[in-house]
Amino acid sequence: MGLTAEEWGIVVLSLQVSLAAIVGALPVAFLLAWMLARLRFPGKILLDGLVHLPLVLPPVVIGWLLLIAFAPEGPGGRLLAVFGVSVLFRWTGAAIAAAVMALPLMVRAIRLSLEAVDPRFEQAARTLGAGRWHTFATITLPLAAPGVLAGAVLGFARSLGEFGATITFVSNIPEETRTLPLAIYAALQLPGGDSAVWRLALMAVLLSLAALVASEALTRASGNGRGGHVL
Amino acid sequence: MSFDIDVTLRRGERSIACRFTAPAGVTALVGPSGAGKSSVLEAVAGLLKPVSGRIVVGGAMLYDSAAGTNLAPEHRACGMVFQDLRLFPHRRVRDNLLYGYRLAPPERRFMGLEEAAAFLDIAPLLDRRPRTLSGGEAQRVAIGRALLSGPRFLLMDEPLTALDDARREAIIAVIERIRAELALPILLVSHDRGDVARLADQVVELRP
Repeated sequence: MGLTAEEWGIVVLSLQVSLAAIVGALPVAFLLAWMLARLRFPGKILLDGLVHLPLVLPPVVIGWLLLIAFAPEGPGGRLLAVFGVSVLFRWTGAAIAAAVMALPLMVRAIRLSLEAVDPRFEQAARTLGAGRWHTFATITLPLAAPGVLAGAVLGFARSLGEFGATITFVSNIPEETRTLPLAIYAALQLPGGDSAVWRLALMAVLLSLAALVASEALTRASGNGRGGHVL
Repeated sequence: MSFDIDVTLRRGERSIACRFTAPAGVTALVGPSGAGKSSVLEAVAGLLKPVSGRIVVGGAMLYDSAAGTNLAPEHRACGMVFQDLRLFPHRRVRDNLLYGYRLAPPERRFMGLEEAAAFLDIAPLLDRRPRTLSGGEAQRVAIGRALLSGPRFLLMDEPLTALDDARREAIIAVIERIRAELALPILLVSHDRGDVARLADQVVELRP
């Protein structure tokens, strides 16, 4: 590839940010997907809309909202200050931005996989002596697992490409918040940055394509032809 | 009395009333399709909550609308053999069989895996995936899974449909042996008068 050491650092940082984003977002996405797939409650349509908001809002708005929330006097900022932590202009903030932007895609994929689990198997488990939690752990979760994993990989791919919310929320700081898209943007601003743009763009294409292929393969494995595609 | 049932069920727009008592042995629930036979089995298993009434099996109160009793399915100790079998697709036959066995309190278990496998002639199938089984094989595995969960009674929904004649005979023999050797009360749904005449000690007719 001929990436420079600095460029490899950018790739590693991007992977690190995306991984942290997915690890943090997965439990939240799973809970939301489960609520949307299995529960009936007032305000469900509203929750569904809120979950999908990052998909349609200008990313700069999400970044600005995060900036307000995690500013020292914002609710998130106050909470983190208790632990002596700040995510402003840190890679952890980039991970939060990526997580929020990836959430709708993850919820959609996981919701599809949960809806594809036939509740008749869960009923059978109950008659065999399994309580709700045991049924969930031994029947629902394993049957939905490939779809959940596909959702996580899809979210990972989305995180790798995250730009607008990140640059608004945590700026474009080398070795801290300068992920692949932000590095490409920075290189574009420089005279003679073309070759760096080419190399970084190629890396972005390769990583994203690998994640998308993995996600689609997992979806097919989970559905055995009956599940829906997430893409 | 093994089964003492008096319930009103609602399935969609339809109301189903069912009232009978039955001694030990095999009780067949018959009636035209749409009469609500499967719904009654689901209610006894705890999968369908009745509108009102009571369900007592072997002296244990499973449901009583007057007293507000409604045991969860996992606390009813019923061995349910579904019409569509519902073998867990992600588990091998062995783990399907042991699913309820592992959850049952030891004092309720009355047979082990090897005994059940021999009883039902399914020992060679233990490492197979459910989707590779024939209809008759899957039917016997489903019965084995129910028996191994240490049930106090069996519920069987059309256990003889979708089987060829030889397999029907095999399953009928199994049900007769469960009745004779295990003395488990059985409530089964069937639409076949011939099967009912051979198997049932008592017939309950459900009208739409």
